[in-house]
Amino acid sequence: MDLSLSPEHLEIRRLVRGFAEREVKPRAEAIDHDDAFPRDLVAKAAQLGLLGTLVPEVYGGAGLDHLAFAIFVEEVARYSASTAGILDVHGSVGTEPIILFGNEEQKRRWLPDLARGQKLAAFALTEPEAGSDAANLKTTATRSDGAYVLDGSKIFITNAGEAQLYVVMATMRPGSGAEGITTFLVGGDNPGLKVGPKLKKMGLNGSAIAEVHLDHCRVDEKDRLGEEGEGFRIAMRALDSGRIGISAQAVGLAQGALDDAVAYAKERKQFGKPIAELQTIQNKIADMTVQVRAARWMTWKAAARCDAGQPFTTDASMAKLFATDAAMAITLDALQVFGGYGYLEDYPMARRVRDAKACQIYEGTNQVQRVVIARELVRS
Amino acid sequence: MDFQLNDEQLQIREMVHDLCLERVEPRAREIDESGQFPWDIKELFAKQDVLAIPFTPEYGGVSGSALTLVIAVEEISKFCVTSSLILSVQSLGSLPIWLAGTEQQKRRYLPPLARGEQLAAYALTEPGSGSDAGRMRTRAIKHGDTYVINGSKTFITGGSVADTLVVFARTDQDGDTPARNISAFIVEKTMPGFKVGKLEKKLGIRGSPTAQLFFEDMAVPAANRLGNEGEGFKLAMRVLDHSRPGIAAQALGIAEGALELARRYARDRHQFGKPIAEFQGIQFMLADMATQIEAARALAYAAGDALDRNLPEIGLSSSMAKLFASDTAMRVTTDAVQILGGYGYLRDFPAERMMRDAKITQIYEGTNEIQRFVIAREVLKEKS
Repeated sequence: MDLSLSPEHLEIRRLVRGFAEREVKPRAEAIDHDDAFPRDLVAKAAQLGLLGTLVPEVYGGAGLDHLAFAIFVEEVARYSASTAGILDVHGSVGTEPIILFGNEEQKRRWLPDLARGQKLAAFALTEPEAGSDAANLKTTATRSDGAYVLDGSKIFITNAGEAQLYVVMATMRPGSGAEGITTFLVGGDNPGLKVGPKLKKMGLNGSAIAEVHLDHCRVDEKDRLGEEGEGFRIAMRALDSGRIGISAQAVGLAQGALDDAVAYAKERKQFGKPIAELQTIQNKIADMTVQVRAARWMTWKAAARCDAGQPFTTDASMAKLFATDAAMAITLDALQVFGGYGYLEDYPMARRVRDAKACQIYEGTNQVQRVVIARELVRS
Repeated sequence: MDFQLNDEQLQIREMVHDLCLERVEPRAREIDESGQFPWDIKELFAKQDVLAIPFTPEYGGVSGSALTLVIAVEEISKFCVTSSLILSVQSLGSLPIWLAGTEQQKRRYLPPLARGEQLAAYALTEPGSGSDAGRMRTRAIKHGDTYVINGSKTFITGGSVADTLVVFARTDQDGDTPARNISAFIVEKTMPGFKVGKLEKKLGIRGSPTAQLFFEDMAVPAANRLGNEGEGFKLAMRVLDHSRPGIAAQALGIAEGALELARRYARDRHQFGKPIAEFQGIQFMLADMATQIEAARALAYAAGDALDRNLPEIGLSSSMAKLFASDTAMRVTTDAVQILGGYGYLRDFPAERMMRDAKITQIYEGTNEIQRFVIAREVLKEKS
């Protein structure tokens, strides 16, 4: 066991921390307030090579591992969880299915553009009637003259409208559950793909989340990812490592909230002394610190196991469940340390609470994580 | 970043696991009900070199790695916390000698402890000084080459069975400068003036004797002082930084034992025509227990690893591990009793014992309230 970060990982953290402090931090409040997609930050992250973190070097990416990816997402999320979410979805569930399941031609066609940030990716699994029960999705794929025609609607699609690539899951055998599902790579310029209006949300403002409608959307056979019927497996595998990114996002949110709470507690004076000297505040700070550390270790462990080729599904589920619950609790406690000021949108505390809630819901609600974890426990 | 255990750790874990499954688990209930120190388990651990794990080979041990010790304590605690304390206290009582002893002191005292021929204990707490350990009253007054120690200690785990004890006492005259004038001494139980008082009756860890100790004009050679006069308090705190991952390991082991029990029970127990494990109410409890345990394990192993690599933040990481793992053990054992329902409340199942044993991990080696205080102080000290 060696729980130290390698010089390479330390260097990545230094690089991303610099980017986050210099570029993301000053923009975070406006991104939230204006609810405008931060194309400028995506472009700057692309310049640093951060959009191709997991893409192998031969396809123009940085060829880094999931631990590096987790470090990168955490650092960005300390200041802006929505920006971190945009970059995470692109680099993880948007791009990784091609890295893992794409054929050579598909990799050459998509990965260099995705890695450079010339194209942004989205992952389209969830439907209005198929959330946690994703295997019962209704979007159909029908064969027609050597191509496929997709029909149906997706919802809660991050990067919708901004993305040039949609990884779409559709069923070729409606009613047959997971077995009928197939994955398709659909270009954003496909005339059969239409994006609905941006959904108005509690938080994660700035990130584009919308419905995606597939209306006689014609997809070439060469754009099928993996085999027919392999789509559910591809989606689940993408979500397994996707959860590492969500965990890292939650850790970043929590760490950012803790840092601000600590700084405020040292400055804010009541009863003639800094509130940091009151034990009730100290207890909150101690518990927040322990939770965020534990969450980070779990995230890194899931990442390290994934990178070492070991089974990591349960590790990632536990990390996602723990880190996002911790982020919710910590952002609420950090807001409480700020008192009335925490409730004002002048400070980032309220925004973090709004952002943290999403982490408990997406890429598998925490209830689904518990089902996954319990199933593994009862079976073993 | 590598979360894999090395070969030594894997071997020790397997050895301790098998040993405990075969020899310790069948004794656990009896040990709890009799409240007697399990000398048979002590002999077993001595013979199988379990008690040698905290010591490096140069002093007759087999490891000396803090992480390896964490893993061994975790394994024993899955089956019997009282038994795990034999190993934990062997480490706790010898740590002051390991950290502050001269070569001569180490050569004299550590090998018999490593061989398990002798038992160690650590005597810091007094009736009037628990969390505020610097306010102790036991006093050591120097006369030539000897210190004469007078006073008493309380809550001393293994105090009645130990051969070698490290005792903390004031070496000042007035007692007004709390922490600065405390010194540490190696005491042998055969020294005249050393007396064991009553053994406490406790909620849990019942086979582990918790003793009151009395020192009446106990003469200790100056050669048995650890470090310089006045360095005792700092040493006491350093020892606890090193030992808290062991409490985290204990708590972790209890929680894992309880989860395993609950998991099996939930699979076997049928109500409404199916195993209760198929109800989401039970599934979610199991999932939360397992996830909390995973988090506790991450912190406990990280603390062990930090000690082995001598990182600057060992105090912080061991406090965090102790706090989180012990709170987890309390919650998980309480939930395990709940999953077993009425049966969980009966002595026929180990769930209620695990819950009683878990409570102590939130209290000893620094209450969790003290851990929060220490953690907050460290975090608030950092530049932001």
